[in-house]
Amino acid sequence: MNMPVKKIGAEGVAPSAGATAPVVAMTPKRPPLAETYARMARETAVRVIPPLVVLALLMLVWELICRRAGSTLPPPSKVFKDTKELILDPFFDHGGIDKGLFWHLSASLQRVAYGYSIAAVVGIALGTLVGQSVWAMRGLDPLFQVLRTIPPLAWLPLSLAAFRDGQPSAIFVIFITSVWPIIINTAVGIRNIPQDYRNVAAVVQLNPLEFFGKIMIPAAAPYIFTGLRIGIGLSWLAIVAAEMLIGGVGIGFFIWDAWNSSHISEIILALFYVGIIGFVLDRLIAGLGRFVTHGTAQN
Amino acid sequence: MTAYLKLDHIDKIFTRGAATTEVLKDINLTIEKGEYVSIIGHSGCGKSTLLNIIAGLTGVSTGGVLLENREVNSPGPDRAVVFQNHSLLPWLTVFENVKLGVDKVFARTKTRAEREAWVMHNLNLVQMAHAKDKRPSEISGGMKQRVGIARALAMEPKVLLLDEPFGALDALTRAHLQDSVMALHQKLGNTILMITHDVDEAVLLSDRIVMMTNGPSARIGEVLDVPLARPRKRLELASNATYLKCRQRVLEFLYERHRFVEAA
Repeated sequence: MNMPVKKIGAEGVAPSAGATAPVVAMTPKRPPLAETYARMARETAVRVIPPLVVLALLMLVWELICRRAGSTLPPPSKVFKDTKELILDPFFDHGGIDKGLFWHLSASLQRVAYGYSIAAVVGIALGTLVGQSVWAMRGLDPLFQVLRTIPPLAWLPLSLAAFRDGQPSAIFVIFITSVWPIIINTAVGIRNIPQDYRNVAAVVQLNPLEFFGKIMIPAAAPYIFTGLRIGIGLSWLAIVAAEMLIGGVGIGFFIWDAWNSSHISEIILALFYVGIIGFVLDRLIAGLGRFVTHGTAQN
Repeated sequence: MTAYLKLDHIDKIFTRGAATTEVLKDINLTIEKGEYVSIIGHSGCGKSTLLNIIAGLTGVSTGGVLLENREVNSPGPDRAVVFQNHSLLPWLTVFENVKLGVDKVFARTKTRAEREAWVMHNLNLVQMAHAKDKRPSEISGGMKQRVGIARALAMEPKVLLLDEPFGALDALTRAHLQDSVMALHQKLGNTILMITHDVDEAVLLSDRIVMMTNGPSARIGEVLDVPLARPRKRLELASNATYLKCRQRVLEFLYERHRFVEAA
């Protein structure tokens, strides 16, 4: 990116004095601003325009298909007209479950935050145990392999019976859904710590706690974040389904409620939000992972 | 002759299921304080196993390792290792890698500021102070090995164990690093035990060369004194009669009497 800029700088200085190296270093700091902005705009355009074009085309097709009389689903123009109020004012609160979309989404996100945080802590702890101890692996791994195949919603009745309340049950479902990939990936990461690092720790005589914090977690971090990323995706998948059943405030229940009142446009709007937030959550964890493991990934 | 480090009748047998392999047989060796001893042998002769035993990373089957007349059988900073592939932790900077050991060894005896100064002192010894905030992935192979040496030196080991420390480096970097290690040995007077498969390296650096026979059941075949005055200069030694004689002896041992039989 700065190759041509450097060239300009070097040429400009060369005739005056070849020995003044600092001047050469300084000149590239003044690239033509307009050119920089133009390049940034081009790079953004290359990323943004293709998906926008595809989106517009899809909308057009959808509009054409659903505009016919007797169509079961509304066309995008009608969706927008129907949900204009919800889009423009996501913060209204008329009491009970008659709230703006912001409140529904934030309630769902809160449940995910609780369940997922517990899953992250428990998952990393159990994963470390299973990765570190052969006997823990022999004892627990078969159990995990069976439990992780149970669909999230199958846990819901059981957790409702145990907690006798919707809120903790939903949190439990999030937890039980997202904990498995975290456990399994952490265990793989711990098992794959190179013997070299263990030798270093042994020579330095790190105690188990220091070994955990200074060697294990950083060395396994890329694996752990893979698990965390799968986990956040699964928990966002599970929350919508769980909320449809437990009711109350939440985006899942909002969708179910809209279906019951035949507000198809509202369902479509909610799906749009669910998709965007799922995407943002995934990117958030991925970005956090990149930030934390910047040194570990390449060796 | 005071035995500073003593290897006493060490046997090592690896067992996998019903199959047992005797790797080392009856290894006896005494090393004086301040001595530079190399162990040379063909690959697979168990010299790395021997170093791991001294480091305490591998247990012995019979026999024992005595350091200052006390048995050592678990790893510790008094026998710091410079690993063949540097083994720096990639998520720590150069400074933090060295500090990891320093913080443990001098947790009680030095203040935080003193420990940090000590880390810098050791990085200066290997001329790596300029890269203290770099990560291992940002420096060259030779530099990584320098940091590995600084990490080991900073623990003030009684014996410095070098496991083919220059094996993964190109010839020029290797020569440069060998000179650095020689200078450090001269300056600090460490007791050093080095594993190598490079005859020139062994003769150039060592006071004594321990030649090992081929495995399985490798034993010490011959111990050669290298009576060359220090400091040694690579270029002057190239035509030195004693140097050439020592080199000849090691070559004869390795390629005539104990020729490496491939896939034996």
